[in-house]
Amino acid sequence: MLRFFAAVGAAFLTFLATTGRLALFAGMSLATAFTPPFYPGVILRQMVSIGYFSLPVVGLTAVFTGMVLALQSYTGFSRFSAEGAVATVVVLSVTRELGPVISGLMVAGRVGAAIAAEIGTMRVTDQIDALTTLSTDPLRYLVLPRLLAGVITLPMLVLIADIIGVFGGYLVGVYKLGFNPQAYLNGTWQHLETMDLVSGLVKAAVFGFIVALMGCYQGYHSRGGAQGVGRATTHAVVSASILILLVDYLITAAFFSR
Amino acid sequence: MSTTHSVPKISVRGLCKSFGRKQVLDGLDIDCGRGESLVVIGGSGTGKSVLVKCILGLLHPEAGSIRIDGAETVGLPRAARERLLQKFGMLFQGSALFDSLNVWENVAFGLVRGRGMERPAAREIALARLASVGLGPEVSLLRTAELSGGMQKRVALARAIAAAPEIVFFDEPTTGLDPIMADVINDLIVKCVREVGTTAVSITHDMVSARKIADRIAMLYEGRIVWHGPTADIDHSGNPYVDQFIHGRADGPIKMQVRAA
Repeated sequence: MLRFFAAVGAAFLTFLATTGRLALFAGMSLATAFTPPFYPGVILRQMVSIGYFSLPVVGLTAVFTGMVLALQSYTGFSRFSAEGAVATVVVLSVTRELGPVISGLMVAGRVGAAIAAEIGTMRVTDQIDALTTLSTDPLRYLVLPRLLAGVITLPMLVLIADIIGVFGGYLVGVYKLGFNPQAYLNGTWQHLETMDLVSGLVKAAVFGFIVALMGCYQGYHSRGGAQGVGRATTHAVVSASILILLVDYLITAAFFSR
Repeated sequence: MSTTHSVPKISVRGLCKSFGRKQVLDGLDIDCGRGESLVVIGGSGTGKSVLVKCILGLLHPEAGSIRIDGAETVGLPRAARERLLQKFGMLFQGSALFDSLNVWENVAFGLVRGRGMERPAAREIALARLASVGLGPEVSLLRTAELSGGMQKRVALARAIAAAPEIVFFDEPTTGLDPIMADVINDLIVKCVREVGTTAVSITHDMVSARKIADRIAMLYEGRIVWHGPTADIDHSGNPYVDQFIHGRADGPIKMQVRAA
Protein backbone atom coordinates (compact mmCIF):
# COMPACT_ATOMS: atom_id res chain seq x y z
CA MET A 1 0.00 0.00 0.00
CA LEU A 2 2.82 2.35 0.97
CA ARG A 3 4.53 1.55 -2.30
CA PHE A 4 1.39 2.57 -4.20
CA PHE A 5 1.24 5.97 -2.47
CA ALA A 6 4.96 6.46 -3.04
CA ALA A 7 4.49 5.80 -6.77
CA VAL A 8 1.55 8.20 -6.98
CA GLY A 9 3.50 10.81 -5.05
CA ALA A 10 6.55 10.42 -7.27
CA ALA A 11 4.42 10.76 -10.41
CA PHE A 12 2.75 13.85 -9.00
CA LEU A 13 6.10 15.44 -8.11
CA THR A 14 7.42 14.67 -11.60
CA PHE A 15 4.32 16.27 -13.08
CA LEU A 16 4.81 19.42 -10.97
CA ALA A 17 8.52 19.61 -11.83
CA THR A 18 7.81 19.22 -15.57
CA THR A 19 5.06 21.84 -15.44
CA GLY A 20 7.43 24.21 -13.66
CA ARG A 21 10.21 23.62 -16.19
CA LEU A 22 7.78 24.13 -19.07
CA ALA A 23 6.45 27.38 -17.59
CA LEU A 24 9.99 28.62 -16.99
CA PHE A 25 10.98 27.69 -20.54
CA ALA A 26 7.98 29.53 -21.99
CA GLY A 27 8.49 32.56 -19.75
CA MET A 28 12.21 32.88 -20.51
CA SER A 29 11.55 32.52 -24.24
CA LEU A 30 8.78 35.14 -24.25
CA ALA A 31 10.93 37.51 -22.18
CA THR A 32 13.44 37.69 -25.05
CA ALA A 33 10.75 39.42 -27.15
CA PHE A 34 11.19 42.65 -25.17
CA THR A 35 14.92 43.23 -25.67
CA PRO A 36 17.04 43.43 -28.85
CA PRO A 37 18.30 41.87 -31.02
CA PHE A 38 15.09 40.99 -32.87
CA TYR A 39 14.95 38.52 -35.74
CA PRO A 40 11.95 39.52 -37.93
CA GLY A 41 13.31 37.55 -40.90
CA VAL A 42 13.44 34.35 -38.85
CA ILE A 43 9.88 34.94 -37.58
CA LEU A 44 8.65 35.47 -41.14
CA ARG A 45 10.34 32.24 -42.29
CA GLN A 46 8.67 30.35 -39.46
CA MET A 47 5.30 31.87 -40.34
CA VAL A 48 5.67 30.57 -43.87
CA SER A 49 6.80 27.16 -42.61
CA ILE A 50 4.07 26.80 -39.99
CA GLY A 51 1.22 28.62 -41.73
CA TYR A 52 1.59 28.55 -45.49
CA PHE A 53 2.88 24.99 -45.77
CA SER A 54 0.10 23.71 -43.48
CA LEU A 55 -2.60 25.12 -45.76
CA PRO A 56 -3.08 22.01 -47.95
CA VAL A 57 -3.48 19.57 -45.06
CA VAL A 58 -5.67 21.93 -43.02
CA GLY A 59 -7.78 22.82 -46.07
CA LEU A 60 -8.34 19.19 -46.98
CA THR A 61 -9.36 18.16 -43.47
CA ALA A 62 -11.63 21.21 -43.21
CA VAL A 63 -13.52 20.52 -46.42
CA PHE A 64 -14.13 16.88 -45.53
CA THR A 65 -15.09 17.80 -41.97
CA GLY A 66 -17.71 20.25 -43.26
CA MET A 67 -19.02 17.70 -45.75
CA VAL A 68 -19.29 14.89 -43.20
CA LEU A 69 -20.84 17.23 -40.65
CA ALA A 70 -23.57 18.28 -43.11
CA LEU A 71 -24.30 14.67 -43.99
CA GLN A 72 -24.38 13.47 -40.37
CA SER A 73 -26.48 16.39 -39.16
CA TYR A 74 -28.96 15.84 -41.96
CA THR A 75 -29.41 12.11 -41.25
CA GLY A 76 -29.72 12.79 -37.54
CA PHE A 77 -31.99 15.83 -37.71
CA SER A 78 -34.28 14.30 -40.31
CA ARG A 79 -35.46 11.88 -37.59
CA PHE A 80 -37.29 14.72 -35.90
CA SER A 81 -37.88 16.91 -38.98
CA ALA A 82 -35.20 19.48 -38.14
CA GLU A 83 -33.32 19.34 -41.45
CA GLY A 84 -33.52 23.14 -41.71
CA ALA A 85 -30.97 23.46 -38.88
CA VAL A 86 -28.20 21.71 -40.83
CA ALA A 87 -26.58 24.91 -42.15
CA THR A 88 -26.59 26.51 -38.70
CA VAL A 89 -25.18 23.40 -37.04
CA VAL A 90 -22.43 23.18 -39.63
CA VAL A 91 -21.32 26.80 -39.31
CA LEU A 92 -21.46 26.83 -35.50
CA SER A 93 -19.66 23.51 -35.14
CA VAL A 94 -16.98 24.49 -37.61
CA THR A 95 -16.29 28.00 -36.32
CA ARG A 96 -16.57 27.25 -32.61
CA GLU A 97 -15.08 23.80 -32.40
CA LEU A 98 -14.06 21.70 -35.36
CA GLY A 99 -12.14 24.37 -37.28
CA PRO A 100 -9.74 25.25 -34.46
CA VAL A 101 -9.48 21.75 -32.94
CA ILE A 102 -8.93 19.83 -36.16
CA SER A 103 -6.55 22.48 -37.50
CA GLY A 104 -4.71 22.45 -34.17
CA LEU A 105 -4.37 18.67 -34.19
CA MET A 106 -3.24 18.59 -37.84
CA VAL A 107 -0.67 21.31 -37.20
CA ALA A 108 0.47 19.48 -34.06
CA GLY A 109 1.13 16.41 -36.22
CA ARG A 110 2.81 18.28 -39.04
CA VAL A 111 4.53 21.25 -37.42
CA GLY A 112 4.97 20.12 -33.79
CA ALA A 113 6.79 17.02 -34.95
CA ALA A 114 8.96 18.99 -37.40
CA ILE A 115 9.91 21.56 -34.77
CA ALA A 116 10.82 18.89 -32.21
CA ALA A 117 12.84 16.93 -34.77
CA GLU A 118 14.71 20.00 -36.03
CA ILE A 119 15.54 21.47 -32.62
CA GLY A 120 16.20 17.99 -31.19
CA THR A 121 18.71 17.28 -33.95
CA MET A 122 20.32 20.65 -33.30
CA ARG A 123 20.59 19.72 -29.62
CA VAL A 124 22.20 16.32 -30.10
CA THR A 125 24.63 17.63 -32.73
CA ASP A 126 25.77 20.53 -30.48
CA GLN A 127 24.28 23.14 -32.82
CA ILE A 128 22.40 24.76 -29.92
CA ASP A 129 25.62 25.01 -27.90
CA ALA A 130 27.27 26.43 -31.03
CA LEU A 131 24.59 29.14 -31.16
CA THR A 132 25.41 30.09 -27.57
CA THR A 133 29.13 30.27 -28.26
CA LEU A 134 28.37 32.55 -31.22
CA SER A 135 26.71 35.03 -28.83
CA THR A 136 23.23 34.08 -29.99
CA ASP A 137 20.60 33.18 -27.41
CA PRO A 138 18.94 29.93 -28.61
CA LEU A 139 15.68 30.87 -26.90
CA ARG A 140 15.62 34.16 -28.78
CA TYR A 141 16.74 32.72 -32.13
CA LEU A 142 15.06 29.29 -32.17
CA VAL A 143 12.15 29.28 -29.74
CA LEU A 144 10.62 32.77 -29.76
CA PRO A 145 10.17 32.97 -33.58
CA ARG A 146 8.35 29.62 -33.55
CA LEU A 147 6.11 30.62 -30.64
CA LEU A 148 5.18 33.92 -32.31
CA ALA A 149 4.67 32.26 -35.69
CA GLY A 150 2.39 29.66 -34.08
CA VAL A 151 0.29 32.30 -32.32
CA ILE A 152 0.01 34.50 -35.42
CA THR A 153 -0.53 31.91 -38.15
CA LEU A 154 -2.90 29.43 -36.47
CA PRO A 155 -5.80 31.95 -36.33
CA MET A 156 -5.21 32.74 -40.04
CA LEU A 157 -5.21 29.03 -40.83
CA VAL A 158 -8.36 28.47 -38.79
CA LEU A 159 -10.16 31.37 -40.49
CA ILE A 160 -9.40 29.75 -43.84
CA ALA A 161 -10.36 26.33 -42.44
CA ASP A 162 -13.68 27.82 -41.23
CA ILE A 163 -14.48 29.16 -44.71
CA ILE A 164 -13.49 25.91 -46.41
CA GLY A 165 -15.38 23.81 -43.86
CA VAL A 166 -18.57 25.81 -44.29
CA PHE A 167 -18.10 25.58 -48.05
CA GLY A 168 -17.80 21.77 -47.73
CA GLY A 169 -21.08 21.72 -45.85
CA TYR A 170 -22.64 23.93 -48.50
CA LEU A 171 -21.51 21.57 -51.28
CA VAL A 172 -23.09 18.54 -49.63
CA GLY A 173 -26.17 20.49 -48.51
CA VAL A 174 -26.92 21.94 -51.93
CA TYR A 175 -25.67 19.29 -54.37
CA LYS A 176 -26.35 16.09 -52.43
CA LEU A 177 -29.11 16.87 -49.96
CA GLY A 178 -31.02 19.21 -52.25
CA PHE A 179 -31.10 22.37 -50.13
CA ASN A 180 -31.92 25.64 -51.84
CA PRO A 181 -28.57 27.50 -52.11
CA GLN A 182 -29.98 30.81 -50.87
CA ALA A 183 -31.80 29.12 -47.99
CA TYR A 184 -28.64 27.27 -46.99
CA LEU A 185 -26.62 30.50 -46.99
CA ASN A 186 -29.35 32.26 -45.01
CA GLY A 187 -29.25 29.43 -42.47
CA THR A 188 -25.48 29.82 -42.30
CA TRP A 189 -25.45 33.57 -41.63
CA GLN A 190 -28.64 33.94 -39.62
CA HIS A 191 -27.43 32.49 -36.33
CA LEU A 192 -23.72 33.13 -36.65
CA GLU A 193 -22.50 35.62 -34.04
CA THR A 194 -19.20 37.42 -33.73
CA MET A 195 -18.42 35.51 -30.53
CA ASP A 196 -18.62 32.20 -32.42
CA LEU A 197 -15.80 33.31 -34.71
CA VAL A 198 -13.81 35.09 -32.01
CA SER A 199 -13.86 32.11 -29.65
CA GLY A 200 -12.57 29.89 -32.44
CA LEU A 201 -9.78 32.30 -33.30
CA VAL A 202 -8.77 32.70 -29.64
CA LYS A 203 -8.61 28.91 -29.40
CA ALA A 204 -6.50 28.84 -32.56
CA ALA A 205 -3.97 31.33 -31.14
CA VAL A 206 -3.68 29.30 -27.92
CA PHE A 207 -3.36 26.04 -29.87
CA GLY A 208 -0.66 27.60 -32.05
CA PHE A 209 1.26 28.55 -28.92
CA ILE A 210 0.83 25.05 -27.46
CA VAL A 211 1.99 23.27 -30.63
CA ALA A 212 5.09 25.47 -31.01
CA LEU A 213 5.89 25.38 -27.29
CA MET A 214 5.68 21.60 -26.99
CA GLY A 215 7.74 21.11 -30.16
CA CYS A 216 10.41 23.52 -28.96
CA TYR A 217 10.45 22.25 -25.36
CA GLN A 218 10.70 18.59 -26.26
CA GLY A 219 13.29 19.22 -28.97
CA TYR A 220 15.35 21.54 -26.76
CA HIS A 221 15.55 18.96 -23.98
CA SER A 222 16.07 15.89 -26.14
CA ARG A 223 19.05 13.69 -25.35
CA GLY A 224 20.59 10.47 -26.55
CA GLY A 225 21.04 10.72 -30.31
CA ALA A 226 18.55 9.62 -32.94
CA GLN A 227 16.45 7.67 -30.46
CA GLY A 228 16.19 10.72 -28.20
CA VAL A 229 15.09 12.90 -31.10
CA GLY A 230 12.46 10.32 -32.07
CA ARG A 231 11.19 10.24 -28.49
CA ALA A 232 11.07 14.04 -28.36
CA THR A 233 9.07 14.14 -31.60
CA THR A 234 6.53 11.64 -30.28
CA HIS A 235 6.22 13.45 -26.96
CA ALA A 236 5.77 16.79 -28.73
CA VAL A 237 2.85 15.53 -30.83
CA VAL A 238 1.16 13.56 -28.04
CA SER A 239 1.50 16.26 -25.38
CA ALA A 240 0.39 19.02 -27.77
CA SER A 241 -2.66 16.98 -28.86
CA ILE A 242 -3.72 16.25 -25.28
CA LEU A 243 -3.17 19.87 -24.22
CA ILE A 244 -5.19 21.11 -27.20
CA LEU A 245 -8.19 18.98 -26.18
CA LEU A 246 -7.85 19.98 -22.52
CA VAL A 247 -7.47 23.70 -23.22
CA ASP A 248 -10.30 23.49 -25.77
CA TYR A 249 -12.66 22.51 -22.97
CA LEU A 250 -11.39 25.28 -20.68
CA ILE A 251 -11.75 28.00 -23.33
CA THR A 252 -15.17 26.73 -24.37
CA ALA A 253 -16.25 26.79 -20.73
CA ALA A 254 -14.89 30.31 -20.33
CA PHE A 255 -16.69 31.62 -23.43
CA PHE A 256 -19.99 29.78 -23.42
CA SER A 257 -20.90 28.43 -19.99
CA ARG A 258 -23.40 30.86 -18.53
CA MET B 1 51.04 26.37 -12.88
CA SER B 2 53.29 28.56 -14.95
CA THR B 3 51.80 31.41 -16.95
CA THR B 4 53.18 33.89 -19.40
CA HIS B 5 51.66 36.81 -17.45
CA SER B 6 50.97 37.34 -13.77
CA VAL B 7 47.20 37.04 -14.36
CA PRO B 8 46.38 33.91 -16.35
CA LYS B 9 43.96 34.26 -19.25
CA ILE B 10 41.98 31.36 -17.81
CA SER B 11 42.20 30.26 -14.21
CA VAL B 12 40.13 27.36 -12.89
CA ARG B 13 40.13 26.47 -9.20
CA GLY B 14 38.38 23.68 -7.33
CA LEU B 15 35.93 23.00 -10.16
CA CYS B 16 33.33 20.36 -9.34
CA LYS B 17 30.66 19.04 -11.66
CA SER B 18 28.60 15.90 -11.34
CA PHE B 19 25.80 14.25 -13.29
CA GLY B 20 23.56 12.40 -10.90
CA ARG B 21 25.86 10.35 -8.69
CA LYS B 22 28.75 10.48 -11.13
CA GLN B 23 31.37 13.03 -10.09
CA VAL B 24 32.96 14.11 -13.38
CA LEU B 25 35.08 17.03 -12.23
CA ASP B 26 36.33 16.79 -8.67
CA GLY B 27 38.11 19.93 -7.54
CA LEU B 28 39.95 20.54 -10.81
CA ASP B 29 42.65 23.26 -10.93
CA ILE B 30 44.15 24.52 -14.17
CA ASP B 31 45.57 27.75 -15.61
CA CYS B 32 46.14 28.86 -19.17
CA GLY B 33 48.37 31.82 -19.91
CA ARG B 34 47.71 34.59 -22.41
CA GLY B 35 48.60 33.46 -25.94
CA GLU B 36 49.35 29.94 -24.73
CA SER B 37 48.17 26.76 -26.42
CA LEU B 38 47.09 24.34 -23.71
CA VAL B 39 46.03 20.81 -24.57
CA VAL B 40 44.08 18.74 -22.07
CA ILE B 41 44.44 15.02 -22.68
CA GLY B 42 42.58 12.15 -21.12
CA GLY B 43 40.57 9.08 -21.96
CA SER B 44 37.03 9.10 -23.29
CA GLY B 45 34.49 10.03 -20.64
CA THR B 46 36.97 11.66 -18.25
CA GLY B 47 35.23 15.04 -18.44
CA LYS B 48 37.38 16.98 -20.91
CA SER B 49 34.35 18.32 -22.78
CA VAL B 50 32.61 19.03 -19.47
CA LEU B 51 35.56 21.20 -18.43
CA VAL B 52 35.34 23.26 -21.62
CA LYS B 53 31.55 23.54 -21.39
CA CYS B 54 31.87 24.79 -17.80
CA ILE B 55 34.36 27.46 -18.89
CA LEU B 56 32.03 28.50 -21.75
CA GLY B 57 29.06 28.62 -19.35
CA LEU B 58 27.16 25.91 -21.21
CA LEU B 59 27.21 23.84 -18.00
CA HIS B 60 26.98 25.19 -14.48
CA PRO B 61 29.52 23.78 -12.00
CA GLU B 62 28.41 22.90 -8.46
CA ALA B 63 31.50 24.42 -6.91
CA GLY B 64 34.72 26.16 -7.84
CA SER B 65 35.90 29.27 -9.57
CA ILE B 66 36.51 30.08 -13.25
CA ARG B 67 38.29 33.37 -13.89
CA ILE B 68 38.81 34.91 -17.31
CA ASP B 69 41.36 37.75 -17.29
CA GLY B 70 41.11 37.65 -13.52
CA ALA B 71 37.32 38.18 -13.42
CA GLU B 72 35.03 35.56 -11.91
CA THR B 73 32.61 34.09 -14.45
CA VAL B 74 30.72 31.47 -12.44
CA GLY B 75 27.19 32.71 -11.78
CA LEU B 76 27.41 35.61 -14.23
CA PRO B 77 24.04 37.13 -15.17
CA ARG B 78 22.74 36.36 -18.66
CA ALA B 79 23.68 39.70 -20.26
CA ALA B 80 27.20 39.65 -18.83
CA ARG B 81 27.59 36.04 -19.97
CA GLU B 82 26.59 37.05 -23.53
CA ARG B 83 29.24 39.79 -23.48
CA LEU B 84 31.83 37.36 -22.14
CA LEU B 85 31.04 34.84 -24.89
CA GLN B 86 32.25 37.37 -27.46
CA LYS B 87 35.77 36.61 -26.22
CA PHE B 88 35.36 32.92 -27.10
CA GLY B 89 35.41 30.79 -30.21
CA MET B 90 34.69 27.09 -30.22
CA LEU B 91 35.38 24.26 -32.63
CA PHE B 92 33.01 21.42 -31.76
CA GLN B 93 33.91 17.76 -32.09
CA GLY B 94 31.19 17.11 -34.68
CA SER B 95 31.69 20.58 -36.24
CA ALA B 96 28.10 21.56 -35.26
CA LEU B 97 27.56 23.50 -38.47
CA PHE B 98 24.04 24.81 -39.06
CA ASP B 99 22.63 22.68 -41.86
CA SER B 100 19.93 25.24 -42.67
CA LEU B 101 22.62 27.72 -43.77
CA ASN B 102 25.27 27.64 -46.46
CA VAL B 103 29.00 27.70 -45.75
CA TRP B 104 29.63 31.44 -45.65
CA GLU B 105 26.48 32.07 -43.62
CA ASN B 106 27.76 29.54 -41.08
CA VAL B 107 31.12 31.29 -40.84
CA ALA B 108 29.51 34.74 -40.63
CA PHE B 109 26.77 33.69 -38.21
CA GLY B 110 28.37 35.06 -35.04
CA LEU B 111 29.20 38.35 -36.77
CA VAL B 112 25.68 38.88 -38.17
CA ARG B 113 23.50 37.49 -35.37
CA GLY B 114 25.76 37.91 -32.36
CA ARG B 115 27.38 41.25 -33.18
CA GLY B 116 24.86 42.86 -35.52
CA MET B 117 27.28 43.26 -38.45
CA GLU B 118 25.81 43.96 -41.92
CA ARG B 119 25.69 40.85 -44.11
CA PRO B 120 27.97 42.15 -46.94
CA ALA B 121 30.73 43.10 -44.48
CA ALA B 122 30.33 39.79 -42.61
CA ARG B 123 30.48 37.92 -45.92
CA GLU B 124 33.82 39.56 -46.75
CA ILE B 125 35.26 38.46 -43.41
CA ALA B 126 33.79 34.97 -43.84
CA LEU B 127 35.42 34.59 -47.28
CA ALA B 128 38.76 35.76 -45.85
CA ARG B 129 38.51 33.25 -43.00
CA LEU B 130 37.58 30.49 -45.42
CA ALA B 131 40.61 31.38 -47.51
CA SER B 132 42.81 31.21 -44.41
CA VAL B 133 41.71 27.59 -43.86
CA GLY B 134 42.30 26.74 -47.51
CA LEU B 135 38.76 26.95 -48.87
CA GLY B 136 37.99 29.03 -51.94
CA PRO B 137 34.93 31.21 -52.60
CA GLU B 138 33.38 28.41 -54.71
CA VAL B 139 32.77 26.51 -51.46
CA SER B 140 31.02 29.42 -49.78
CA LEU B 141 27.62 28.80 -51.35
CA LEU B 142 27.55 25.04 -50.70
CA ARG B 143 25.31 23.52 -48.05
CA THR B 144 27.20 21.97 -45.15
CA ALA B 145 25.73 18.54 -45.95
CA GLU B 146 27.61 18.67 -49.28
CA LEU B 147 31.00 18.88 -47.54
CA SER B 148 33.33 16.06 -46.54
CA GLY B 149 34.25 15.60 -42.86
CA GLY B 150 37.58 17.37 -43.33
CA MET B 151 35.99 20.31 -45.12
CA GLN B 152 33.36 20.58 -42.39
CA LYS B 153 36.15 20.80 -39.81
CA ARG B 154 37.80 23.56 -41.81
CA VAL B 155 34.54 25.50 -42.07
CA ALA B 156 33.98 25.01 -38.33
CA LEU B 157 37.51 26.26 -37.70
CA ALA B 158 36.85 29.32 -39.90
CA ARG B 159 33.65 29.96 -37.94
CA ALA B 160 35.45 29.60 -34.60
CA ILE B 161 38.02 32.26 -35.53
CA ALA B 162 35.74 34.48 -37.64
CA ALA B 163 35.24 37.11 -34.95
CA ALA B 164 38.93 37.04 -33.92
CA PRO B 165 38.17 35.72 -30.43
CA GLU B 166 40.65 36.06 -27.58
CA ILE B 167 40.26 32.41 -26.58
CA VAL B 168 39.49 29.47 -28.89
CA PHE B 169 38.46 26.04 -27.65
CA PHE B 170 39.06 22.99 -29.81
CA ASP B 171 37.08 19.88 -28.88
CA GLU B 172 38.68 16.78 -30.39
CA PRO B 173 39.68 18.67 -33.56
CA THR B 174 41.06 15.63 -35.38
CA THR B 175 38.64 12.90 -34.31
CA GLY B 176 37.20 10.99 -37.24
CA LEU B 177 39.66 12.38 -39.78
CA ASP B 178 42.24 10.45 -41.78
CA PRO B 179 45.88 11.09 -40.69
CA ILE B 180 46.62 13.47 -43.54
CA MET B 181 43.51 15.58 -43.02
CA ALA B 182 44.16 15.48 -39.26
CA ASP B 183 47.62 16.93 -39.89
CA VAL B 184 46.14 19.59 -42.16
CA ILE B 185 43.74 20.59 -39.38
CA ASN B 186 46.58 20.59 -36.84
CA ASP B 187 48.62 22.88 -39.10
CA LEU B 188 45.65 25.18 -39.53
CA ILE B 189 45.10 25.35 -35.77
CA VAL B 190 48.76 26.17 -35.15
CA LYS B 191 48.71 28.77 -37.92
CA CYS B 192 45.49 30.38 -36.75
CA VAL B 193 46.57 30.45 -33.12
CA ARG B 194 50.03 31.82 -33.86
CA GLU B 195 48.87 34.36 -36.46
CA VAL B 196 46.13 35.87 -34.32
CA GLY B 197 48.04 35.37 -31.07
CA THR B 198 44.99 33.89 -29.48
CA THR B 199 44.83 31.71 -26.39
CA ALA B 200 43.89 28.14 -27.27
CA VAL B 201 42.53 25.33 -25.14
CA SER B 202 42.23 22.01 -26.93
CA ILE B 203 40.96 18.72 -25.65
CA THR B 204 41.97 15.54 -27.36
CA HIS B 205 43.09 11.98 -26.88
CA ASP B 206 45.08 12.12 -30.12
CA MET B 207 48.72 12.38 -28.98
CA VAL B 208 50.01 13.25 -32.45
CA SER B 209 47.68 16.22 -32.48
CA ALA B 210 48.52 17.16 -28.88
CA ARG B 211 52.26 17.15 -29.55
CA LYS B 212 51.81 19.33 -32.61
CA ILE B 213 49.49 22.03 -31.31
CA ALA B 214 50.37 22.26 -27.60
CA ASP B 215 52.73 24.59 -25.77
CA ARG B 216 51.73 22.81 -22.61
CA ILE B 217 49.85 19.57 -21.91
CA ALA B 218 47.68 18.68 -18.91
CA MET B 219 46.35 15.22 -18.21
CA LEU B 220 42.84 14.83 -16.76
CA TYR B 221 41.94 11.70 -14.81
CA GLU B 222 39.12 11.09 -12.35
CA GLY B 223 38.08 14.72 -12.33
CA ARG B 224 41.50 16.19 -11.57
CA ILE B 225 44.63 17.25 -13.41
CA VAL B 226 47.12 14.50 -12.55
CA TRP B 227 50.03 15.98 -14.51
CA HIS B 228 50.85 19.13 -16.47
CA GLY B 229 53.98 20.43 -18.10
CA PRO B 230 55.61 21.61 -21.32
CA THR B 231 54.98 19.46 -24.38
CA ALA B 232 58.66 18.52 -24.54
CA ASP B 233 58.41 16.91 -21.08
CA ILE B 234 55.55 14.56 -21.87
CA ASP B 235 57.80 11.62 -22.76
CA HIS B 236 59.69 11.75 -19.46
CA SER B 237 56.97 12.96 -17.15
CA GLY B 238 57.59 10.23 -14.61
CA ASN B 239 53.83 10.02 -14.16
CA PRO B 240 52.38 6.50 -14.51
CA TYR B 241 49.02 7.83 -15.77
CA VAL B 242 50.67 9.88 -18.50
CA ASP B 243 53.01 7.04 -19.46
CA GLN B 244 50.14 4.59 -19.79
CA PHE B 245 48.07 7.07 -21.78
CA ILE B 246 50.68 8.23 -24.28
CA HIS B 247 51.84 4.66 -24.94
CA GLY B 248 48.27 3.40 -25.21
CA ARG B 249 48.74 0.51 -22.79
CA ALA B 250 45.75 -1.41 -21.46
CA ASP B 251 47.61 -2.22 -18.23
CA GLY B 252 48.33 0.51 -15.73
CA PRO B 253 46.73 2.73 -13.13
CA ILE B 254 44.07 4.08 -15.52
CA LYS B 255 40.87 2.08 -15.32
CA MET B 256 38.72 2.46 -18.43
CA GLN B 257 35.31 4.03 -17.87
CA VAL B 258 32.42 2.39 -19.61
CA ARG B 259 29.93 5.28 -19.51
CA ALA B 260 30.59 8.69 -21.05
CA ALA B 261 30.59 11.74 -18.80
